[in-house]
Amino acid sequence: MGAVVALSGLLDARQVWRGAAAPMPAGAQPTGWPELDAALPAGGWPEASLSEILLPADGVGELRLLLPTLARLSRAARPVMVVAPPYAPCVAGWRQHGVDMRRVEIVAAPQNEVLWATEQCLRSGSCAAVLAWPRQADDRALRRLQVAADSGRALAFVLRDRHCLANASPAALRLEIEALPQPRAWVRKCRGGVAPARPFPLESAPADRAPH
Amino acid sequence: MTWACILLPQLALDGVLRRRDDDGPLVLIDGPVNARVIVALNASARAAGLRVGQRLVAARALLAQFEMLPHDAAMVGRWQRFLAAVAYRYSSTVGLLPHAIVLEVGHSLGLFGPWPRLEAMLREEFAALGFRHRIALAPTPQAAWVLAGLQDGAAVPELARLRPALQDVPMRKSRLPAVAVERLAGMGIHTLGQLFRLPRDGLRRRFGCELQEALERLLGERPPGLDSYLPPDRFDLSIELSHEVENVASLVFPLRRMTGDLAAYLAGRDGGVQRFVLRLEHREGRVTEVRVGLLAPQRDAGMLFETARGRLEQVQLPEPVLGLRLLARDLPAFVPAGRDLFDETPLHALPLDQLRERLRARLGEQAVHRLVATTDPRPERAQAVADTDAGHDEPHPRPTWLLPQPIPLRGPSPRILAGPERLETGWWDGAEACRDYYVVETSLGQRAWAFCPTGEQGGWMLQGWFA
Repeated sequence: MGAVVALSGLLDARQVWRGAAAPMPAGAQPTGWPELDAALPAGGWPEASLSEILLPADGVGELRLLLPTLARLSRAARPVMVVAPPYAPCVAGWRQHGVDMRRVEIVAAPQNEVLWATEQCLRSGSCAAVLAWPRQADDRALRRLQVAADSGRALAFVLRDRHCLANASPAALRLEIEALPQPRAWVRKCRGGVAPARPFPLESAPADRAPH
Repeated sequence: MTWACILLPQLALDGVLRRRDDDGPLVLIDGPVNARVIVALNASARAAGLRVGQRLVAARALLAQFEMLPHDAAMVGRWQRFLAAVAYRYSSTVGLLPHAIVLEVGHSLGLFGPWPRLEAMLREEFAALGFRHRIALAPTPQAAWVLAGLQDGAAVPELARLRPALQDVPMRKSRLPAVAVERLAGMGIHTLGQLFRLPRDGLRRRFGCELQEALERLLGERPPGLDSYLPPDRFDLSIELSHEVENVASLVFPLRRMTGDLAAYLAGRDGGVQRFVLRLEHREGRVTEVRVGLLAPQRDAGMLFETARGRLEQVQLPEPVLGLRLLARDLPAFVPAGRDLFDETPLHALPLDQLRERLRARLGEQAVHRLVATTDPRPERAQAVADTDAGHDEPHPRPTWLLPQPIPLRGPSPRILAGPERLETGWWDGAEACRDYYVVETSLGQRAWAFCPTGEQGGWMLQGWFA
């Protein structure tokens, strides 16, 4: 017979898995979309990781999804980098979403420098979030960004076309945005959990509704 | 008064060695063409048996291959003044003596701590710049100079102990006028102690005022009589490369030294630099200029180097480079960035300013910018690259993406969600706009901000996306 082991000791040492999932702590990086937060294993964006957002076209709700996060970070005086956006961010529109534009740096980079610039921003450790629109990015390039986001403790968002969904990706979270019949987001992959099987509606934020 | 002396025994050689990264035998030569003599040499040349004062012919017989450079007295003077500018950081009274820099440190000790600590700082600074040095402390600059030549690290802070300390100094190391020293040796005077015991008026009659004054300065009975050094208002450093350089990568090593020197100079001046020019000198006086601009005055060596390297790497060399020159005319005051006591950014984080400089260096001057709202309602002019925000909160819906120029909206007629919002302005500056803006939904489900001529609902022009 082996020595008698006190069960409580093992449990305290967290060496025994008890089946019931521990209550999820509130995420440190909430997305601003309560339904999405509840479904994601980290309770929000995966911290210091790469999140991939896949779009059918530009301008279908990707900013609606991200602006609550950018507003929260910029209001906390944390810098946000926007690398090679497809259009100019509209200052008035972003401000209506609560973003402090003094904290938003726009980096105009040619396509062959987008990944380099994104990696520099992520690795620097001085940016809270980095948004990037790379045209060509293979899984090795994305892995570099993932490592850079981890070492710089930053949120990385890569916005790519929907056809990239077929390729494997090292991103911790992959979201696909659908424009029709109504704007909604599907979680296609989330590290540390099972991707929920239903989409999340991206209802227009209050500012989009016409006041008149 | 307490004076520190930094003796630079190998100034000429160090000035040459510090911009080279190989340590093959190297000698500096001087003298008439038919009688060249070695005046300085590096360690590997010494190991091969070469000596200072040797004839070049004899050296060639001893060692088949070594590199030789002419001894450049003007260059030595420049290095000495540069180091004086570096030392200016530690004292406001800096003087130049042959092969040495003296600085009054009595008043600096209150700021920098006791002498051993200040001495360690000086040694670290000079060692980092690549100059061998000997440091001594004494109540007069001339005595410090003598002591530095005699013993590295000697410190005699009190005037009362100066005479006993100088007692045993041999006359040939006393740095008194050479003529007098030679004649005194003939008279059997070999140490300073013997000289001190001689009656002063007799000395003056025999050797003139010169020796008398030098002696009084040495002992602190007369003001030191040094011209106080003032750092110049511009930084100009040039180095000649020992061979023609054809690719930019080989310029990085000398560039690191130059930006390091610039940083040391700026620290001495307690200033920063916002713009400087790097001149790549080619044959026959042709130059390629590389302009380096920074967002704010900086003086950190690593940052200056990285910014300059970023600019340099973009340069296509039209022909080989023979020399490098760094010119900084605009040296504004430097305000160090304030930091949060409870800084949440990770350790070893690159400051945001430095990140912006790095991106600008590679992507272009205008690559990193912030957008602010202006007071103009026309969407094309409603925002600009600037630092101060003049805008107000827009009550009407505005998109999140803005097209630089409106383009025709293709496809079937869109569904109107909101509008119109009439914009009629700009008749005074030639860019008149009379438009009705609508929020519309395209057949692909994108929500767009589009306009059409007033009173119509057709001919849609796309202005932005509600992404």
